[in-house]
Amino acid sequence: MIGRSRPLQLLSLTVVVVAALSLVSLTIALAGFDVSTAARAALDGAFGGSFAIFSATLKRTTPLLFLGVAVAVAFRAGVLNIGAEGQFLAGAAAAAAVGLHAPVESAVMMLPLEFAAAATAGMGWAAIAAWLKARFGVTEVVSTLLLNFVAINAVGFLVRGPLQEPTFTYPQTLPLGESARLPLLVDSQRLHWGFVIALLVAIGAWWVFQNTAAGFRARISGISRSAAESAGLIAVGRVQASALLASGAIAGIAGFSEVAGVTYRLYEGLSPGYGYTAIAVALLGRLHPIGIIASAVLFGALGSGADSMQRNAGIPAEFASVLAAVILLGVLALPAAEALLARKFRVARAL
Amino acid sequence: MTSIPPILELRAIEKRYGRTIALADGSLAVRAGTIHVLLGENGAGKTTLLRVAAGLLAPDSGEVLLDGIPVTWNSGAQAIEAGVGAVQQHSSLVPSMTVAENVALTERRYFRRFSPTAAARRVRVIAEAAGLNVVPDAVVGRLSVAAQQKAEIVKALAHEPRILILDEPTAVLSPADARDLFGWLKTFVSSEQRAVIVITHRIREALEHGDTITVLRTGRTVLSANAGVRTQSEVLDAILGEQPSIGSGGSVKPSPAGTLPAEPCLVIDNVCVADSSGNFRLKNASVSVFPGEIVGVAGVEGAGQHELLRVLAGRLVPTSGDVSFPESVGFVPEDRLRDALIEELSLLENFALRGAGARSGFLSWKSVAQETTAAIKGYAVLGGTEVATVAELSGGNQQRFVLARELGVSPIAVVAENPSRGLDVRAAIAVFDQFRAARAAGAAVVVFSTDIDELLGIADRIFVCHAGQVRAVPRDAVSIGAAMVGL
Repeated sequence: MIGRSRPLQLLSLTVVVVAALSLVSLTIALAGFDVSTAARAALDGAFGGSFAIFSATLKRTTPLLFLGVAVAVAFRAGVLNIGAEGQFLAGAAAAAAVGLHAPVESAVMMLPLEFAAAATAGMGWAAIAAWLKARFGVTEVVSTLLLNFVAINAVGFLVRGPLQEPTFTYPQTLPLGESARLPLLVDSQRLHWGFVIALLVAIGAWWVFQNTAAGFRARISGISRSAAESAGLIAVGRVQASALLASGAIAGIAGFSEVAGVTYRLYEGLSPGYGYTAIAVALLGRLHPIGIIASAVLFGALGSGADSMQRNAGIPAEFASVLAAVILLGVLALPAAEALLARKFRVARAL
Repeated sequence: MTSIPPILELRAIEKRYGRTIALADGSLAVRAGTIHVLLGENGAGKTTLLRVAAGLLAPDSGEVLLDGIPVTWNSGAQAIEAGVGAVQQHSSLVPSMTVAENVALTERRYFRRFSPTAAARRVRVIAEAAGLNVVPDAVVGRLSVAAQQKAEIVKALAHEPRILILDEPTAVLSPADARDLFGWLKTFVSSEQRAVIVITHRIREALEHGDTITVLRTGRTVLSANAGVRTQSEVLDAILGEQPSIGSGGSVKPSPAGTLPAEPCLVIDNVCVADSSGNFRLKNASVSVFPGEIVGVAGVEGAGQHELLRVLAGRLVPTSGDVSFPESVGFVPEDRLRDALIEELSLLENFALRGAGARSGFLSWKSVAQETTAAIKGYAVLGGTEVATVAELSGGNQQRFVLARELGVSPIAVVAENPSRGLDVRAAIAVFDQFRAARAAGAAVVVFSTDIDELLGIADRIFVCHAGQVRAVPRDAVSIGAAMVGL
């Protein structure tokens, strides 16, 4: 990060986004579609009116924001948690189970119960990877990734077995009762209170990193293990395990938000790969909360824009994925490019 | 002046970075068949001058002449092509690769198949010819600093340079290794048209092993002479410009220890440290350090001092044995940018690093900022405000900052590993003065140094590590030298 200033970062980010947009426009044109029609349809679907904003874009933003923060919490501590997807499903399953079966009537009791169950389940799912690392030295990249597939199949089992609807028609649970659902945020729109919780979690996580001893330890552990251990006498292994657990808990809460706020039931294919997109969200947001909020909204908008492009203009939604991929690749290449730029302009320190 | 032009000459080199003048008038004439030593304080422009000589830096003005012919290099590769090989002060090796792979990386034959065995063989041949003990298959990141530097030298030698440039090669070598290196450099320059340029901070070493010396001060060449006709104090005067008030050459007599308190501050008793493969790095070591004394530790690379210092500092839990130390022991590790500081973070955050493992609850950045500012002032860390990053400081000021953090306001115990590494005379004197001040304030101080003169100048008692064993030896150079090689 040497020699990189914030204005420079913003400038280069803008360059990447503009370049990516031009590149994708070119691709759309080459494929024989009208670029302005595509752009209008996409913008309309993402931001054109309150339905597009609240029921499409921000609704899609919510799980990505939660999970982007979850990934960032781990990454900043130097733990590569690739398992947000699995932890999300664990949280979703726990929230659904509690929401359907807990003997509680009022929403005031039910929602916190679901929340806690989801956080615990997500944390527990991450704890498996943490334990494997502590006990056998298994790299978390591998264990968290593989646990995703276990989680997917576990959900498949639950919705065909213990949690399946009593008619046994579809592999899904019964819908949650009214008291087990998150209230809507905007009348007659699909955006729910999960979005607010996600914003609070993003800002809260940032605050913890900046202002608490534990957050500082995690940050240091993520930058330099040797300096953390030698100069700070920090038990890096333990700090990283805690960060992984916190990351899992946040991912679990995302599962609660999705089940109690959007789908109202658990079924297979609940997540279209949110946990993986979240890695892109976190990296694009530079692991910084404001950046993650912005990139989660961007990815949410890309999703709803792509849908609208396909629906209303007949242009394949895949172009939006191409756009997302180009932006991400550009952003990943940024540090090197910025270092190059910074070297040109830098006033060197005395040699 | 002979009629034969110098093998390498730099004339009136000037180099600026923005408003900073790194070199105002740097000149250097290296004759074939000589070891040329470059001396000067940190920031005097030595490294800049050598970077120009190695083609890594284009000067703003001035001339570079090779065999009397002006040359312009646009890259280090061109200089290597012309027969100039450079060994950087900071490692340019890839830590995750083996020594052989690192050497092979510098080859410019892109489409040839890489053969690990051939690469290893090549490194072994170079290392043996150089008299350097380098294991080709060792992963660089796991090597000690000294071993990394040897690998770095081997890497430069792979291109069969006529002129070899070494930036502080002996800073991390033990006296025996340094002597070996200079011995080898002598053989290197004795044959054909070759020369060596060496930067060092050790004046004695320069006069003993160098044929010619050049002294830079504030970006200008102030002295060029044959090494034989100069005395240490003359050279020191040239380096400093004026005599600092703290006596000469850092060889200040230790103050008499007086009566020590009965209770030792740091104690290790019968301590053993084994590595992961079960070999003992430290065997039955027992050392007590009392408040108000400085204990010096000597030892050749890998003799166990690395582990001894870390056990004493509470940074390494021994395999067996008893240890007792106060709650907070300051630690000044040899590789400050790896183990003590985080370059890209601010001084403020780096200051907060001390004690971060034990802290709980909230961080009060306001009070940390006050402490940091006080430390920066108290230890005269130049170029640093609390929001500046460590990378913005020079090496000497980085070390001052580490001392400021580790010694603090009232030091109880501090363990330092080669604390003058890479520092110029003035900065080194300042560092050792801080340790003396800590001793005067009643702290228990342990200092390891590869420079025996330095130890004799500061330590009240001396321990020597050899093959994992630690013993007390009398305070004289002969005894220490003998103990270091196990006699």
